[in-house]
Amino acid sequence: MQHGKYRFIVGFLAVPLGLYALFVVWPFIQSIYYSFTDWTGLSPEFKMVGLDNYRRMLDDEIFWKSLQHSLMFAVVLPLVTLGLALFFAFMINVGGRRRRGGPVVSGVRGSSFYKIVYFFPQVLSIAIVALLFAFAYNPDSGAINSLLRGIGLDGLQPLWLGDPDLALWCVMAVLVWSMVGFFVVLFSAGMASIPTDLYEAALLDGAGRATTFFRITLPLLWDTVQSGWVYMGILALGAESFAVVQIMTTGPGGPDYSTTVLVLYVYQKAFRDGQAAYATTIGVALLIVTLAFAAVVMRLGRRERLEY
Amino acid sequence: MGSTSAENNGADGTSGVGRRDLIKRSAALGLISVPAMSFLSACASGGGGDNGGEKAKAGKKTAKNPLAVNDSAPMEFVLFDGGFGKEYAEDAVKIYEKDFPKAKVKFAATQKIQSTLQPRFNQGTPPDLIDNSGAEQMDMGVLASKNQLTDLTPLLDAPSYDDPAKKVRDTLRPGIVEMGQLDGDPVWIMYYAYTVYGVWYSRKALDSLDEQYPETWDQMLAVCAKAKKKGMAGWTYAGKYPYYLPFSLYPMIGKVGGREVLDAIDNLEPNAWKHPAVKACFDAYYELYKKGYVLKGTPGLDHIQSQTAWAEGKALFIPNGSWVENESANVIPKDFDLAVSAPTGIDGSDKMPFGTIWASGGEPFIVPAKGKNAAGGMEQLRIMLSEASSKNFTSKVKSLTAYNGGTDGITLTPGLKSGVAALEKAGDNVVNPRIQDWYVQLQKEQIGVAGLGEMMAGRITPAEAIKKIQGFADAAAKDSSIKHYKHQ
Repeated sequence: MQHGKYRFIVGFLAVPLGLYALFVVWPFIQSIYYSFTDWTGLSPEFKMVGLDNYRRMLDDEIFWKSLQHSLMFAVVLPLVTLGLALFFAFMINVGGRRRRGGPVVSGVRGSSFYKIVYFFPQVLSIAIVALLFAFAYNPDSGAINSLLRGIGLDGLQPLWLGDPDLALWCVMAVLVWSMVGFFVVLFSAGMASIPTDLYEAALLDGAGRATTFFRITLPLLWDTVQSGWVYMGILALGAESFAVVQIMTTGPGGPDYSTTVLVLYVYQKAFRDGQAAYATTIGVALLIVTLAFAAVVMRLGRRERLEY
Repeated sequence: MGSTSAENNGADGTSGVGRRDLIKRSAALGLISVPAMSFLSACASGGGGDNGGEKAKAGKKTAKNPLAVNDSAPMEFVLFDGGFGKEYAEDAVKIYEKDFPKAKVKFAATQKIQSTLQPRFNQGTPPDLIDNSGAEQMDMGVLASKNQLTDLTPLLDAPSYDDPAKKVRDTLRPGIVEMGQLDGDPVWIMYYAYTVYGVWYSRKALDSLDEQYPETWDQMLAVCAKAKKKGMAGWTYAGKYPYYLPFSLYPMIGKVGGREVLDAIDNLEPNAWKHPAVKACFDAYYELYKKGYVLKGTPGLDHIQSQTAWAEGKALFIPNGSWVENESANVIPKDFDLAVSAPTGIDGSDKMPFGTIWASGGEPFIVPAKGKNAAGGMEQLRIMLSEASSKNFTSKVKSLTAYNGGTDGITLTPGLKSGVAALEKAGDNVVNPRIQDWYVQLQKEQIGVAGLGEMMAGRITPAEAIKKIQGFADAAAKDSSIKHYKHQ
């Protein structure tokens, strides 16, 4: 019987694990292998070069700049996005004033409307979002500077994406704008599963909104926040940051390398400069950064799980 | 991976069984569809070149078929579907099909050159002719050095399509053949379009200021001052892609200091950028910024936005290439009277006369070495380089071709007409800086964005920009991971 059981389980696991191995693990192994070669990506011929690519990477100023920006994305973006999303979700679900005859816990007035509006950007593809903002940031006739002129701030006409000090923040703002809605919905769902009697008890004890949030909502939502953090961080390190930087920024990656990120650098090396092997080397670095990020978040976020 | 894929490509498939077996089983389970199999069994770098099947046998060499094309061999042609569209190529394919009725031509147009063709190069099954253009252009230096391209010399030495007494080589515009060479004699690339770079402006706007196109920098500043009084900026440029600035800046450097300065820059010679002519031209451009003659907000505009602002009359001049007429056709007003001029110099002491202009080939066509019918690919190019095909291209997409001539008897648009006039005025004084096709990263990201872009935004001085750019050039010269070229 025991034997049959294992065969049964293995039968179910083999296919998904096989698919995972082929489509995820195998490409990873290939990339790591290629990082030790001088493959151009344009011909099947290459030879092993040992650690040359890694030595080159350590001396590569642009690599360090990209790494720095990517790390900044991974730290700042989740912090701001999740912070905002938690605030919005709380106000939508719990933060409302108690109305006579209504439920004990409710959102602010019009909360169902807000919930939909926050989700709007999530419906747009990231490429469209990036293009829209590229127009909005146009210093000559874009929405933002026109607005500034409209309210009489003629002297304040920043170059936005053209200014090395602002460009990176402009890009981050776009990512926050486009991602926050998803987390509002995610956290709303999480909050809906927190039992109302906990809130009732807190209210009876005279807790205000802030106390309720920090003492009840946040601790009970911790698991969701943590997975959201990892998810957002990976997006910030990967696809989303590539799309906005590639579409919106000067160069792309500038001005003066102020917005270059690791994924963009991988792309440029592999597909512009015909240096696929070096690109995979940077990809390996990115893999390490991503894994380290997930590990750090998981470790820092480890808390006692509350059953309710 | 190299090793495993080599096994996979063993003709009988006896090796690499483990993985295939696994796939077969999964397929039997109905969980992986058949098309996925070929994908799975291939690694990213594919295998050797011998799995592409047989090459076409040479055909019979005749006067009408000087390249000895096999008249029944299929030919595959992949075109970049960009600003020039695909109609001109389809028309040329029709001629090929007429000349070789038994041959099957597979024609495809795409914007995704690299994503569709890179895997095919890796598998050793590239098409026979490629228009390797657009944002997804493949690095031709790498392709050539990895023996992936066919030397086009037989095509150049073949009689031209129109006149059997004239070789194809002799029907081309100056510089086209040299541009196709990368290292030594072989010609790897045939640039089909011919682009005129320079300063683009509206004659109507200049007339409204009562001015001619300025020939010296003092005149340029005077024109800009006059425009400013009328609430118009002198210049704008693609601020987000400042590597548009060289379209007028490099020929200006050539005019002021002579061709050698540009050649030294292309050759990445030490201190090439420290030449006084470079400093003089950088200073001149920086003065435009200093005096407020550059449209406000320009560093944050992309090429389309800057061209639109310029077409709306917000700025007088824009450095650009002859594609601007087509690209901005929908925003350029009817009475704009578009014109291009060779760049303004410093003064009468410049080494080359006013009229010195940058013109060079665009739309690089390549014939892969591992394709099955390279002769067919070259024959297709020979057809495209005929007068009729060239005229067809020019009238359809408002651009010149590599074919020298081909403008008689067709109505030229204002921009094109002024481009032809500018080329005539230039005569032999056509410069052709190669740095933009030899060292893409250096030209775009480093000289363009980090150097010129920063200088024109006023964040660094010309002296600092030169120092920075020289540093980048020196680093590129030392970098063993990039291929280096020299002017012959």
